Amino acid sequence: MSIDYRKITLDGLWHNNPALVQLLGLCPLLAVTASVVNSISLGIASTLVLTGSNLTISVFRKFIPDAVRLPIFVMIIASFVTCIELLMQAVTYELYQILGIFIPLIVTNCVIMGRADAFASKNPVSASVLDGAMMGIGFTIILILLGGLREALGSGTLFADMHLLFGPVAESWKITLVDDYKGFLFAILPPGAFVGLGLLIALKNIIDKRLKERQSANAPIQVKETVSKRVRVTGQIS
Amino acid sequence: MALIRITSPHVHKPASTADIMRLVILATLPGVLAMTFFFGWGTLINILWAAFLALAFEAACIKARKRPLYFYLKDNSAVLTAVLIALALPPFAPWWLTMVAVFVAIVIAKQLYGGIGQNPFNPAMIAYALVLISFPVEMTRWTAPFMLHGEGWNVLGFIDTLQLIFGGWSEHADAFTSATPLDEMRHRGGLTTEEAWRASDVLANVGAWHAVSAAYVMGGIFLLYKKIFSWHTPAAMLLSLGAIATFFYLIAPDSYADPFFHLTVGGTMLGAFFIATDPVSSATSNKGKIWFGIGIGSLIYIIRTWGNYPDAVAFSILLMNLAAPFIDQYTQPRTYGHKAPKRGIKEKA
Repeated sequence: MSIDYRKITLDGLWHNNPALVQLLGLCPLLAVTASVVNSISLGIASTLVLTGSNLTISVFRKFIPDAVRLPIFVMIIASFVTCIELLMQAVTYELYQILGIFIPLIVTNCVIMGRADAFASKNPVSASVLDGAMMGIGFTIILILLGGLREALGSGTLFADMHLLFGPVAESWKITLVDDYKGFLFAILPPGAFVGLGLLIALKNIIDKRLKERQSANAPIQVKETVSKRVRVTGQIS
Repeated sequence: MALIRITSPHVHKPASTADIMRLVILATLPGVLAMTFFFGWGTLINILWAAFLALAFEAACIKARKRPLYFYLKDNSAVLTAVLIALALPPFAPWWLTMVAVFVAIVIAKQLYGGIGQNPFNPAMIAYALVLISFPVEMTRWTAPFMLHGEGWNVLGFIDTLQLIFGGWSEHADAFTSATPLDEMRHRGGLTTEEAWRASDVLANVGAWHAVSAAYVMGGIFLLYKKIFSWHTPAAMLLSLGAIATFFYLIAPDSYADPFFHLTVGGTMLGAFFIATDPVSSATSNKGKIWFGIGIGSLIYIIRTWGNYPDAVAFSILLMNLAAPFIDQYTQPRTYGHKAPKRGIKEKA
């Protein structure tokens, strides 16, 4: 079976984007994206964990018994999260404090568990690593978009406090969109994240619709459905 | 050949949505007048400004959704939403506050959900809750009922009010603001209710609030008489709020405000007659409406007394809007000739 790397990349970034299509990992997505810097750091952390866990699980996929695969996945993911947590504590301590509980909570991020179960446990190493990285980047892009949207609306700035992540160089990156902005608390609070994510999903649907129209105008290309099973908390898991 | 046989009741003309909305707007008139009388020109200016914005946003959305423009604009629902928002906002709310509120109500809470009749929540209350959470400073800066004192209307004329709303806040204007009675009662420190009544200037002016509430009741009774809504929701809401307030007042009159206070200040009456009765977002059956009203009344008391916000009408109505489909599910009336429906856990056959 040859691996379609292009399809994995496109799925992760667009067609099966974890935040916009699978709607997984909503808890960190909604809670943390109040500013761009938070979004980027959580995105990077999630991507690293996702890639690492996919790699490890894919390497050991033949040895993991099906019956206890989920606890094993959780342990692998948890060890990566611990590494990231310690790393953040060492390198960006302030950011670590801001993100607080959401760093350890990456363990419970359904994107990571979902990809581990649906992809990494069934596919060779190279494909799994690519899938993890692309899913992570797709997730990060949405985090950043949402973070930018909420930061611009909520505090009237963009890229504030970037020095927490990129060092003193980034201190001048802050863009003040409106001087003397009173702040729009709704955008900072979780309800604003829900509305913002809803708008982003709507935007994606519009773009998809336009693309489809253009595609059907030209030669129709059939995109095959992924055969991976989705992680569900309700219903039967076959 | 078919003979058309007409039987009673001989209804001449069904009320259209536009007629109903017009009547409801008309019924807010006493309330608008009372607000203007006590709190100055601000209310009127806000209503006009909000109505203009509502029509503009509505038109833009309908255009974007490629729906017939005139057909939807003439149903008056956008104007009614605007009037309700303007009545709920502080009379000196700055122009952008009204704009944000109307935008949220019309674009997000109404049109994004599919337009008139499709909104699960009351758009005016969504807007109110959103601006209340987002702009606490502006939203708690209620106007003092300065008409009661001395020079009255000359103190702050029409032009001055326009400047205040569109030109920006000046320190000079702080003289015309005060907390609301609910605010005062909520943040009375260690005082008992009786001491608060004696100590507070705001509570001394509570008559203005009573008058405004009475005006809303007049409008509500007019609508009831016109059969725009049934008595179930407002009655259940006011009775439950009154009953709970009486209960706690009898237990500890020092720590809890009296039931009359709860019924006649804040948004209680506006909510009971104009917002909880919204046919789209409330429960459907009469039994359901009673439960819906009881829910709102109890939540108002709970949030006002033990919550973070002094007034709670908007939050209570939104929460019960959320519960309305659930209430409908369990209060579906039995159709004639059918047995009572069996719901919940079914017995094994």
